[in-house]
Amino acid sequence: MTVRTAEFLMAIVLSLCSIALMMKSAELNIGWIEGRGPGAGAWPFWLATGMLLCCLLTLWRWFRRVTPESRNTSLYMTHQTMVIVGTSAGAILFLLAATHWIGLYASLVFFLLFYLKYVGRHTWLLTIALTIGIPVFIFCLFEWALKIPLPKAITEPLFYPIYELMYS
Amino acid sequence: MGETLGLLAGGLAQAFEPVNFSMIIIGCVLGLLVGAMPGLGSVNGVAILLPITFLVPPTAAIIFLAAIYYGAMYGGAISSITLGIPGASTAVATVFDGRPLAQAGKADKALTAAAMASFIGGTISVVLFTLFAPPLAEFALKFGPAEEFALMLLAFATFIGLGGDDIPKTVFSILIGLVLATIGLDIISGQPRLIFFDVSGFLHGINFLVLAIGIYGIGEMLWTLEQTKGEVTVHNVKLSMKEIIKDIRDVKEYIGTTSLSSVLGYFVGTLPAAGATPASLMSYGLAKTFSKEPETFGKGNVSGVAAPEAANNAASTGSMLPMITLGIPGSPTTAILLGGMIIWGLRPGPLLFTEHPEFVWGLIGSLYVANLATLIINLMFIPVFVKILTLPFTILAPTIYILCVVGGYAPTQTMHDVWLMFLFGVVGYLLRKLNYPVAPAVLAIVLGPLAERSLRQSLLSSQGDPMIFLERPISLVCVLIAIALVLVPVFQKMG
Repeated sequence: MTVRTAEFLMAIVLSLCSIALMMKSAELNIGWIEGRGPGAGAWPFWLATGMLLCCLLTLWRWFRRVTPESRNTSLYMTHQTMVIVGTSAGAILFLLAATHWIGLYASLVFFLLFYLKYVGRHTWLLTIALTIGIPVFIFCLFEWALKIPLPKAITEPLFYPIYELMYS
Repeated sequence: MGETLGLLAGGLAQAFEPVNFSMIIIGCVLGLLVGAMPGLGSVNGVAILLPITFLVPPTAAIIFLAAIYYGAMYGGAISSITLGIPGASTAVATVFDGRPLAQAGKADKALTAAAMASFIGGTISVVLFTLFAPPLAEFALKFGPAEEFALMLLAFATFIGLGGDDIPKTVFSILIGLVLATIGLDIISGQPRLIFFDVSGFLHGINFLVLAIGIYGIGEMLWTLEQTKGEVTVHNVKLSMKEIIKDIRDVKEYIGTTSLSSVLGYFVGTLPAAGATPASLMSYGLAKTFSKEPETFGKGNVSGVAAPEAANNAASTGSMLPMITLGIPGSPTTAILLGGMIIWGLRPGPLLFTEHPEFVWGLIGSLYVANLATLIINLMFIPVFVKILTLPFTILAPTIYILCVVGGYAPTQTMHDVWLMFLFGVVGYLLRKLNYPVAPAVLAIVLGPLAERSLRQSLLSSQGDPMIFLERPISLVCVLIAIALVLVPVFQKMG
């Protein structure tokens, strides 16, 4: 897909999103309510209308080849970019999905192992040191110092002895 | 005036008392750490450490909290510049130019500019506070909803017309930021709004940090990976004291912008419900407007770092003004400080100046000392902060991703926000590849709730007549400047 095609498709997708936002806002009152002023949906409705107008203007400029992107016929995303960006995005996606199942700390271990050993090709010593050190630092800072509990899912019981040490 | 200066001198002397001075140093360091952590800002630091203050006298307690406030203001800049993740909302604008400077191997310059500008901002604001506290408090009260909305328009206008970005795409970016800010419960009627697919996570709205961390953490890293084909150059900067002194001397490059931003920041800070975040964003826009090279903003202009940093520090002093003189907090952090003052048995209001002058001037004096302490601590630690950038990219990248995830989770403690952050990061990256500017969306989501509330309150008071924005002198001036800022570049491009 060329940058020119991507520019066109993006403007179409954003136009559709704007229309969806207008319709969603219109489920609320978008008119004037006596004694209460503009309805709850009025502000987002008119903002979404503005978004739609901007998309239409972008499409018109695309048609007239005004913007550099509308004249650019090189690839929007090369295979190499897809691999590089996809690896990072995929790793984060795994981290988030796994957090729901095995909790953040266990997911961090797998995430760091993958990133440091497979992507970074660091030594085992450094990989293991960071794979243990970073989650421990996050735990100490957030859970112990700031009292902000992070998600642990099924691994929660493993933390009970630490909680006892922390709160006894 | 002589009496005021005497009281200020007394306040400064009070700040140097051993207990108070230790409180300042500890507060600054803690504030720096809290501010540097994505997702946590001065409000978290002050809220978490508020109970500790009940162990010391009220003056030492407020000094401690004020030092945390100041430290956090700068702490946010550290992660904004070195990691590209805004540590706090007040440092969102610092990312725009701080990160490009760091990527160009000039992190020391950006960090020094942030420290120096913060110090100048703090100094100017303390001078303004000392000289004009009572009249400014009265003037700030003249800012009704119409004036507030006009001021918001002005902030958006600075982003629309300048910098050579594609105007329809820039406007789209602002509008989508404003729409994202409306998600959740309607601020006036309380009705649920734009709750997509009945997902309950949308009910608490979208925290601007979710968008900011997504775009500037995840999105920026993906962008960097693409630009460098995965082979990111490590900037092995060896900093000597000589180089830092040279960076300090470079203050002349941005002194004008810094002074202007400090005055604007202080004034915006004094407005009830405004605070340091809008102040820093507006100052960035203003710096871009008055710059001789507006096209370099967003690409690594040092004034783009200095302006928001000066403004957020000045605003943090400014926001003390309505809190002390009127009992109205200017920001969430001052709201907590206000709560603390009430618990300590102090009643904020005009009488506080006469009944407890030692408290008020002790606070002002300590703000200034905290400002100086933060400057010294920061300049000393710049080589350490810069060292972060010398880490291999394959260690830095996963660390940043983890900080993004934790930072996205911490404010609301829901995974819903973390998923949204990831989505914003990917979409932001795809949009950026097509030259959609993302900074205006972040500006808009921060200012959105304030803009909507002031617009609706204005229209309600005028029975739906939009002429209210042109009938009041202050709002008329703001609207006219906003129109000029949008139209002038449009005509320039047409010409």
